[in-house]
Amino acid sequence: MSDYSIQHNLAQAAAAGEAAAPKIRIHNLAKIFETRRGRFAALDDVSLDIPVGCFFMIVGPSGCGKTTLLRILGGLEFETHGSVEVAHSGSARPLNSMVFQGDSLFPWMTVWQNAAYGLTMRGRPRAEIEEVVGHYLSRIGLTRFKDAYPHQLSGGMRQRVSIARAFANDPEILLMDEPFSALDEQNKLLLQGELLRIWDETRKTVLFITHSVDEAVTLGDRILVMSAHPGKVKTVIDVPFERPRQVLELRARPEYGALVYNIWDELRDEVRRARAQDEEGVRS
Amino acid sequence: MSVAKKARAAQSRTKMRVAKNRDLVIGIASPLALLLVWELCARLGAIDTRFFPAPSQVGARLAALVASGALWSDTAASLTRLFWGTLLGGIPALALGIVMGLSRPIRAVFDPLVAATYPIPKSAILPLILLIFGLGEASKIVMVATGVFYPVLINAMAGVMEINKIYLDVGHNFKASRWQVFTTIALPGAMPLIMTGVKLGVGMGLILITIAEMVGAESGLGHMIWNAWEILSVETMYVGLIVVALLGFLFSLALTELERWLVPWKAAR
Repeated sequence: MSDYSIQHNLAQAAAAGEAAAPKIRIHNLAKIFETRRGRFAALDDVSLDIPVGCFFMIVGPSGCGKTTLLRILGGLEFETHGSVEVAHSGSARPLNSMVFQGDSLFPWMTVWQNAAYGLTMRGRPRAEIEEVVGHYLSRIGLTRFKDAYPHQLSGGMRQRVSIARAFANDPEILLMDEPFSALDEQNKLLLQGELLRIWDETRKTVLFITHSVDEAVTLGDRILVMSAHPGKVKTVIDVPFERPRQVLELRARPEYGALVYNIWDELRDEVRRARAQDEEGVRS
Repeated sequence: MSVAKKARAAQSRTKMRVAKNRDLVIGIASPLALLLVWELCARLGAIDTRFFPAPSQVGARLAALVASGALWSDTAASLTRLFWGTLLGGIPALALGIVMGLSRPIRAVFDPLVAATYPIPKSAILPLILLIFGLGEASKIVMVATGVFYPVLINAMAGVMEINKIYLDVGHNFKASRWQVFTTIALPGAMPLIMTGVKLGVGMGLILITIAEMVGAESGLGHMIWNAWEILSVETMYVGLIVVALLGFLFSLALTELERWLVPWKAAR
């Protein structure tokens, strides 16, 4: 347990001195896919510095390359130009862990085995795995279901396990690819609250993709609005709300509505442009 | 209204149970009836008992062969060959099938070979197998192995290729090594189809061991059936056929049970 509080303090100290080196540095990043219909630029000249402990949200029209950006950071795709760097804190900690969109739990493993996956693959000692996985399963309220298989859980429960799996792996940064997009509105609200509570323990740097402006404002410290294809940085907006946050109370505040409006304003043109591109694609 | 609904539901459940029981009774009664008709026809001379001996005669021969221990020694010989043949064919097929499913280049190398050799009837290569491995145990075991190999290989490969790509992404993101991807994703993910392959393979193995034992074997159920033809002991032939059929049935039961144990995440679906 002491391990968590140490991390907590470290993260807070780091968050206080934000001016220090960024946790993630993305420099002139571009990604071009070679497809049968020719070259397709998914990302074009994206440069970003993301500070330590920042809950960084990415919104943008569909097809703008958000997921590609995350997959490059997650080591699942490789950049065509430019670079991404993640500052390593020096321990044996893995660089990143990803929470995937949709069902990504192994159907053949129990809840416990799924949550323990990262630690097991890294060959951590049994006692450590027991402690860490036990901790996160209790934090997401699924201790009772540790021997259940994913098909016995609801969609919301499965996504909680998938969050526990990423946190338990104790990475330098967390990558989340629209983890709540398949959930209904009520479940989404509850899970956003739970995610914030778990995140508050360690305050790791998070990159979180969403298509929901509400979600971006509710969770994030900073919001990147991406332009329609090819994906570029349109603007980065700071979210001024203090932490810890209460999801519902936050949404009742007038500043919340104003911020959502501002972001929509930035996003609207891009969504229109994306739509026009889609229609053009259909015609050609 | 909910009471009415419940009553209706209970009624339909009762109907279902009655129907199930009736099916069970019919399922047991109809083969018994057939045997009875057969017995009567044999006793009344309506059928030629040189080809179709009365069930009671076959039963008596079965009892005699069990008592003398001959049936058991032949069954044990076949089972031993089947066991080793299944291992010899199944394990390489499993490994190669999974690797072929995971790796496109390896698939490109072996796919044409598999496609070219798979359609050859396994019974047609028996003379070649006898030539290479001689008349002893080895040739019988190899015959079974050729039968088990293909269904397991093809199903293991298909099983791996059907695994949702997101699981491989998860493995990659959580830094699973090649071996860990093999053991924690490819093997369990393909297990449902692998079990289908094993069931088909063992069925094929049983057919092939029976055939192989008819040629140049001194023991086994195939030898027992062939020998019965040579000495015109048709009752013994029937005993052999019954035991082979029974083995096939038991294997399928046992493998279904094994599947339930190996693939627990599919059980409740």
